[in-house]
Parts: sequence; structure tokens; C-alpha cells
Amino acid sequence: MSAEKELRVRPIHNGTVIDRILAGQAMNVLKILGVKGAYSDVVTMAMNVPSKALGQKDIVKIENRELEEKELDKISLISPGATINIIRDFEVADKYQVELPEIVESMVKCINPNCISNTKEPVTSKFEVKKDPVQLRCIYCENIIMENIAEHLL
Amino acid sequence: MRFERRHIISMKDFTREEIDYILDRAAKLEPLARGGRSDLLAGKILALLFYEPSTRTRMSFETAMYRLGGNVLNLGSKEATSIVKGETLADMIRVVSTYSDAIVQRHPSEGSALMAAEFSLVPIINGGDGAGHHPTQTLLDLYTIRKESHLDNLDIAIVGDLKYGRTVHSLTYALSLYGANITLVSPPQLKVPDQIKADLKARGARVRETENLEEILDSIDVLYMTRIQKERFPDPTEYKKVAGAYKITTEYLRNVRDSMIIMHPLPRLYEIDSSVDTSSHARYFEQSFYGVPIRMALLTIVMGVEV
Ligand SMILES: Nc1ncnc2c1ncn2[C@@H]1O[C@H](COP(=O)(O)OP(=O)(O)O)[C@@H](O)[C@H]1O
Ligand SMILES: [Mg+2]
Ligand SMILES: [Zn+2]
Repeated sequence: MSAEKELRVRPIHNGTVIDRILAGQAMNVLKILGVKGAYSDVVTMAMNVPSKALGQKDIVKIENRELEEKELDKISLISPGATINIIRDFEVADKYQVELPEIVESMVKCINPNCISNTKEPVTSKFEVKKDPVQLRCIYCENIIMENIAEHLL
Repeated sequence: MRFERRHIISMKDFTREEIDYILDRAAKLEPLARGGRSDLLAGKILALLFYEPSTRTRMSFETAMYRLGGNVLNLGSKEATSIVKGETLADMIRVVSTYSDAIVQRHPSEGSALMAAEFSLVPIINGGDGAGHHPTQTLLDLYTIRKESHLDNLDIAIVGDLKYGRTVHSLTYALSLYGANITLVSPPQLKVPDQIKADLKARGARVRETENLEEILDSIDVLYMTRIQKERFPDPTEYKKVAGAYKITTEYLRNVRDSMIIMHPLPRLYEIDSSVDTSSHARYFEQSFYGVPIRMALLTIVMGVEV
């Protein structure tokens, strides 16, 4: 598919295009961005778009919004290859790949119900991040989250 | 070696050299542990924060402290303390660490000891954090093996509940530092979790698995038995079968190496028949005694006292 045809949906004036999202993760990206039922700006989402590099990918485009560090970190956990394209005045003004942090804090809930991070104690969850594939190891109880990371995002 | 004021949370925090250092110090203190009194820790206070029942761990820490001339502060019963009022562990640690020179803690949540270390002004010694770690048990196990058998070129079988048993995971990890040949013996439903196996292999441990205890009995130096708990089996007949298959009796021991020793973290249920207690192989009571010199060693180390 040519960029021409993709863009025909409706070009963004200012905002962010999250490209090369792991196919199937677009909905989770929207969740991370807090896009639920009612959202005031234009958001478009494409799923299973043919891609030379990935076979298939998802794309999310969101108007009038630049992402925060924490949102980028969360996206990196569920789709480490995603690229962020900052659109200003219809043009790609900046472009970078999300980057997996080495440690994520207060971002993911530990899967172990008996973990100290899941109690009323004044500690927040903390995980060490391993790449290829993404694995999260709780520093408190050492349980590892490898699957369905999106479901455990706080 | 820098140990003073260091927390003792998990065996993974130790190098082999550090473990050897602790075992050496325990050996020095063992005569004192057998009966005697010194003032190495005179004026020092150890706080015992046990949120879960414990006999051996708590009492051996108390004994260790008394033998070294120190004092012990006990949390007391749940009802008598502010735990019932819902005070957090974090607050408790902040307060108690201003009353004491070190804290031994047992708490039901995994990771509670690490969290406690974040809030404490004094060293935390983990006496068990749920299904997590119990490093002082592992250290006393290693001490027993070194003393009653040998740590180099060791052939050891670890038997029983290898899935939930917290002592087993830290023991296998520590043994891998010594290049031991480890045979894990368990029924299929109680095998060591894949994650832990992968972790051990990545650390170069030599591990194999079997369900058949008899087949390997004559080729090991140490037989480490653990409890198999009934609650793990939904089907009572299944439990009986498994419990029967891993029960050590004197008949079982006919073809074992003369020097083979039997260990158990205690309390035992039916895994070791009482007829075995008087055999030359039994070491489980010595093992529980060795908890005293090991804990004496740890206390002097974290409190920064030279021996
Ligand atoms: N004004 C715009 N409105 C909406 N989407 C845009 C706009 N500009 C670029 N894009 C999209 O942003 C992504 C990155 O654009 P570009 O850098 O041109 O392509 P690529 O990364 O594929 O080389 C593409 O998915 C493109 O369709
Ligand atoms: Mg393109
Ligand atoms: Zn955890």
C-alpha cells in the first residue's frame, strides 16, 4: 500500500503517529493512551496493515497529542519495535523508535497475588526488563511476566 | 570482604567466596554454639519480627544471640501488637530498627524482606518471605554438607516437593556455585518450575530430574529429603501413592554408600521413618543444630564484630 493511499484517511495537522506496532496491539496502545469511549480529538487506528519489514503491523494516529515518557515506556513493553512520528503542520517533524527501559516502576502489576508489591505496604511495583522477547522480572518476588503484558499494565 | 551492615535477603546476593567466609566463621564459632558464653555481642540487640510461626529459625537465632552475650527483642503475639491494628510492615520496620542492631524477619509475602531492607536503619536478615527465600536455612544446609560430607564433587539428590519448597530453590542455586551434581527427585506434579530450571542451567548447574528415588540411591553422597504436603494433592489416594514412594526406611538404605548422609530441614512428616534416626546416615538433627553456629556467624558479621 502506498503512503498516498494511507494518508487519504485524513492527514493529521499536529499530533503523533505510532507506526510499526506489533500486529494485534493497536487496541492496547489506545488503552495506554487512555482513548476509550469518549475522546475529543481525531484518532485513527489501522490493524493488520501489510508491511515489508514486519509482514503485518498496526498503526495508531492521534491528533493534538505528544506522548509522555511513561506512555512511551508502556508502548515499548507491548511493542518494542514501534516507531513514534511527531507530526507538526502535516509533516513528520521527528521520528524515533520506542526504547525499552531497564527498569519499570509503578507501571505493571505483579502477577503474584502474594507479592509484597500487591499489598497495602508503601511500595510500588518494580520490574527488571529483559529484551527479545520482552520479559519482566519482579524485583520483589522474582516472578516473570512474559505473556500478555498489556493485561498487567497499571 | 565487606559484610558489615549488609542485609541478608537471598542466596543470590552471595558469591562462593562470601559463602565460604560465612561457613568458616561458623566453624570457628561452633564450639561456642555447643555450650558456652562469650561477650562478642554484649550490648547488642536483635529484634525478631516473626509474622508467621517458626520454631527452629526463631529459637536458633535466640540461642545464637544468648550464646554471644547479646539480647533479643521479640515481637510477641499478634494480638498483643499493633499488627492487629493494621500497621504496615514498613512502619514496623522503621520503628523497630531504631530499637535494635539487626532484625530477623519472617513474613508471608514474597519480597517482604527486600522491602523491609528499603525501610530499615539496621541489617535485615530474611528468615523466610512466603514462598521466596530463606537464606539462613541454605547456609546451614551448606555447612552441614561441608562438615558431614563434602562440597566439592558432590552428588546430591533433593527429594520431595520441589515446586513450592523455597529451601530447595535457594539450595540448588547455592550448590550450583560449587559445581555439584544435583538430581531432583519428585512426582511429576511437584517438579521444579521450568523457570527455575532454566535459571539454574544458565548458571551452569548440573541438574537432572527423575521420579525414581531407588534408582539413584546408591550413587549419591547426600540425600536431602523434604516434606510432601497433603494439601498439594486434590486426590487423597494420589497423595498416599506419592508419599509412599518417597518414604525412607532402613531397608531402603541397604545399598547406599557408607558415607552417604541424610538431611531434612524439619519438621518431617512421614518422609523419614523413625527407624532411620539411629542409622549412621542420619544427620538431620545435627543439621538443625548447625543452624546455631551459622546464625552466630551471620549475626557477628552483620553487626560488624570481629571473631
Ligand atoms: N500528516 C500526516 N497525517 C497522518 N499520518 C501521517 C502524516 N505524515 C506521516 N504520516 C504517517 O506516519 C508514518 C511515518 O511516516 P514516514 O516517515 O513518511 O514513513 P515511513 O516511516 O514509513 O518511512 C507513516 O505511517 C505515515 O503514513
Ligand atoms: Mg510509510
Ligand atoms: Zn512480585
